[in-house]
Amino acid sequence: MTVGELLSGNDYIVISKGKEATITGVYCCDLLSIAMSHMESGMAWVTVMANRNTLAVAQLADAGCVILAEGVTLDEESVRKAQEENITVLASEKPIFETALAIYEKL
Amino acid sequence: MTGKIHLNYVIPGDDFTRAGEASGEVKKKLKQMGVSPEAVRKVAISMYEGEINMVIHANGGTIDVDISTTDITIVLKDNGPGIKDVALAMQAGYSTAPDKVRALGFGAGMGLPNMKKYSDNLIIDTKLGYGTTVTIVVKIG
Ligand SMILES: Nc1ncnc2c1ncn2[C@@H]1O[C@H](COP(=O)(O)OP(=O)(O)OP(=O)(O)O)[C@@H](O)[C@H]1O
Ligand SMILES: [Mg+2]
Repeated sequence: MTVGELLSGNDYIVISKGKEATITGVYCCDLLSIAMSHMESGMAWVTVMANRNTLAVAQLADAGCVILAEGVTLDEESVRKAQEENITVLASEKPIFETALAIYEKL
Repeated sequence: MTGKIHLNYVIPGDDFTRAGEASGEVKKKLKQMGVSPEAVRKVAISMYEGEINMVIHANGGTIDVDISTTDITIVLKDNGPGIKDVALAMQAGYSTAPDKVRALGFGAGMGLPNMKKYSDNLIIDTKLGYGTTVTIVVKIG
């Protein structure tokens, strides 16, 4: 599945539309230095940690996209940063597990 | 690729909105230069962890990056408090990160272990009360 296909499902609020990529898997963790080292490139990263550092880690670890669960959102400044860096950020009202499972089932 | 490339960054302390920018820039530069994705990933992770540690634990510092045809050397220098027990700090899970930075997602105590794992050579030179210099070497190709 590609990021574009994920977007077309209307299951998420689109916070930032970034680069197209093939989603290679799903990764869940809120602690940045664990995510940084264990997330593989191209993965959809599901987290409730919504700040600039999340975006830095997503960019550095080559995440396929970031999905914010539990209804958390990014501040305006961070949204601009995500757009600048071409990072796709989506939001979901659902908990982390359900959000991740829904993507996993579509892979 | 010919000759050496040198990059220098000044990292402000306690500024979490800009933390990671230097590592992001170096990553982009290496990618443009055609460095292997594996080496780029190693540099991105180990430099970011070092950069963020300077911001959180040492009130900022400077980073010097040297890119040659065979390796990338990153020197992170700060005038922070120094590290009392390096062996302890290197242990996975050890962290003195304050609550306000834990709330941002830091403090797993995995930064230094990541730097070890994602570099070919890691040297920590530290003196209590004077500061810390971390040298990371990643081989290219
Ligand atoms: N530049 C530094 N100056 C002073 N102390 C440091 C420095 N870098 C690391 N430390 C000390 O070593 C500890 C372990 O560092 P490490 O990067 O592994 O974990 P952390 O920064 O606490 O959490 P994480 O990196 O997982 O977000 C820190 O909590 C801090 O006490
Ligand atoms: Mg750290």
